[in-house]
Amino acid sequence: MRRVVITGIGVICANGRNKTEFLNALKNGTSGITRIEGAEIDDLRFQCGGQVHGFDPAEYMSLKEADMVDRFAQFAVAAATQAVEDSGIEWTDELRDTSAIVTGSCVGGQATENQGFYDVYKMGKPRVHPMTIPKTMANGGASAISLKYGITGPVFTIATACSSSAHALGQALMMVRSGMCDFAIGGGSEAPMSYGILKAWEAMRVVSPTVCRPFSKDRNGMMLGEGAAMLTIESLDHALARGAKPIAEIVGFGMSSDAHHITQPSAEGAAKAIRLALNDAGISPEQVGYVNAHGTGTTVNDVTETRALHMAFGSHASKLAISSTKAMHGHTLGAAGALESTAAIMALAHGFAPPTIHYNEPDPECDLDYVPNCARKCDFEYAISNSFAFGGLNAVLAFRRI
Amino acid sequence: MPDEMIPGAPATTASPEDDLTRRVLRIIAETQRKDVSQVTIESSFEELGIDSMDGVNIVFALENEFNINVPDEEVKTIRSVRDMVDGVRKLVLGEAPGTASVGHGPAAS
Repeated sequence: MRRVVITGIGVICANGRNKTEFLNALKNGTSGITRIEGAEIDDLRFQCGGQVHGFDPAEYMSLKEADMVDRFAQFAVAAATQAVEDSGIEWTDELRDTSAIVTGSCVGGQATENQGFYDVYKMGKPRVHPMTIPKTMANGGASAISLKYGITGPVFTIATACSSSAHALGQALMMVRSGMCDFAIGGGSEAPMSYGILKAWEAMRVVSPTVCRPFSKDRNGMMLGEGAAMLTIESLDHALARGAKPIAEIVGFGMSSDAHHITQPSAEGAAKAIRLALNDAGISPEQVGYVNAHGTGTTVNDVTETRALHMAFGSHASKLAISSTKAMHGHTLGAAGALESTAAIMALAHGFAPPTIHYNEPDPECDLDYVPNCARKCDFEYAISNSFAFGGLNAVLAFRRI
Repeated sequence: MPDEMIPGAPATTASPEDDLTRRVLRIIAETQRKDVSQVTIESSFEELGIDSMDGVNIVFALENEFNINVPDEEVKTIRSVRDMVDGVRKLVLGEAPGTASVGHGPAAS
């Protein structure tokens, strides 16, 4: 079994449009949450979200290419471009022929679909834009990256709601680990800030009308976000042979299904995925120092996740530094697993635990160390990133410092 | 479509100067993200790098611009800018089927 490392990071989200900005935001506890722009939100019960402001797709693709894909796929190309440049990879015909791209997305190009339906249903227009179908497809990001670099190996997209890109990274890990390919681009992207999607989230009554405060007793819901994170993933041997400097190692992947409820999480299912990730990594719970929590900021998730951490880590749970970075960048749905894995990797590589911002008061049912409000210097060898999706689908990734 | 926009031009002798032609060239340029000076009545789709999906996107924009409906069979035969100008002119003048353009939403009722 081959060792697998991350050699490049690409990230674009509300509190960072590249890895340097994102790292600084994580260290400083900088929020990217603002009033939502570009969608009619006056009648919504929530007004804020984590949007990427000032995004210019022309930095990453021609305007013609940008026209052919939805915003979520533009984010995917942007993050992949950053990651590829960061990795220093030099493309050869063989590498293009064998490399993989695995992306995650929860809603795909639904903003495009919304616009088409709005045009015909509401505006009475006789036709929708011809690109509505290809812009809506959830694999739009993966395909656009493939086109940009001429990658002709295995390219596909995983849709498991809020675990999508964690499953995508896990899949990329398994493919490189097994020797199926030497190089992969894995991650996820999402752009859910359009009226129809926002109304649907409003209807679930899980979005905070004020501020997202994960694990805090006065928490009242999640905050939606948009963006992407892509990582270049390759075998350690391949990376060293080309003189690349690995950023971190992906050592474990665990997944499970709750088989419990379509939306209510189960601590048992989450704990199982954590245990499986640790087993896959061949490490004991005591070796883990940092957990990037799923930490949505809803009443139910944060209690259930805390219980799952107790179950999986036992007495070591209280020694973990745990944070939800969602309070800063929002819940980016299908991009969340990759974005938060990136946060965990940066925490490992730079020796700190990002904070859970907006934390006000302890909740007896959330009784662990959530790194409230301020980042903390710490030195640890292993970190995990939790993703627990609607539908009860859990994915946990484990990373090791290099 | 107001008649004064297409002052009496026969359907198959598009002049580079007339307004309908200029509007078609502009739509093609905008859709292809090109400068309008790059698109002429003589341009072939090959020269402009227009593939079949681009063609469908341009037809969509032309349908909206001229309030026409281009039938599927017509779309398949278009190969050049001149084909597009001539095709639009026929539809605008009512010399081809498919000109009615009716939506089904509240705003159309």
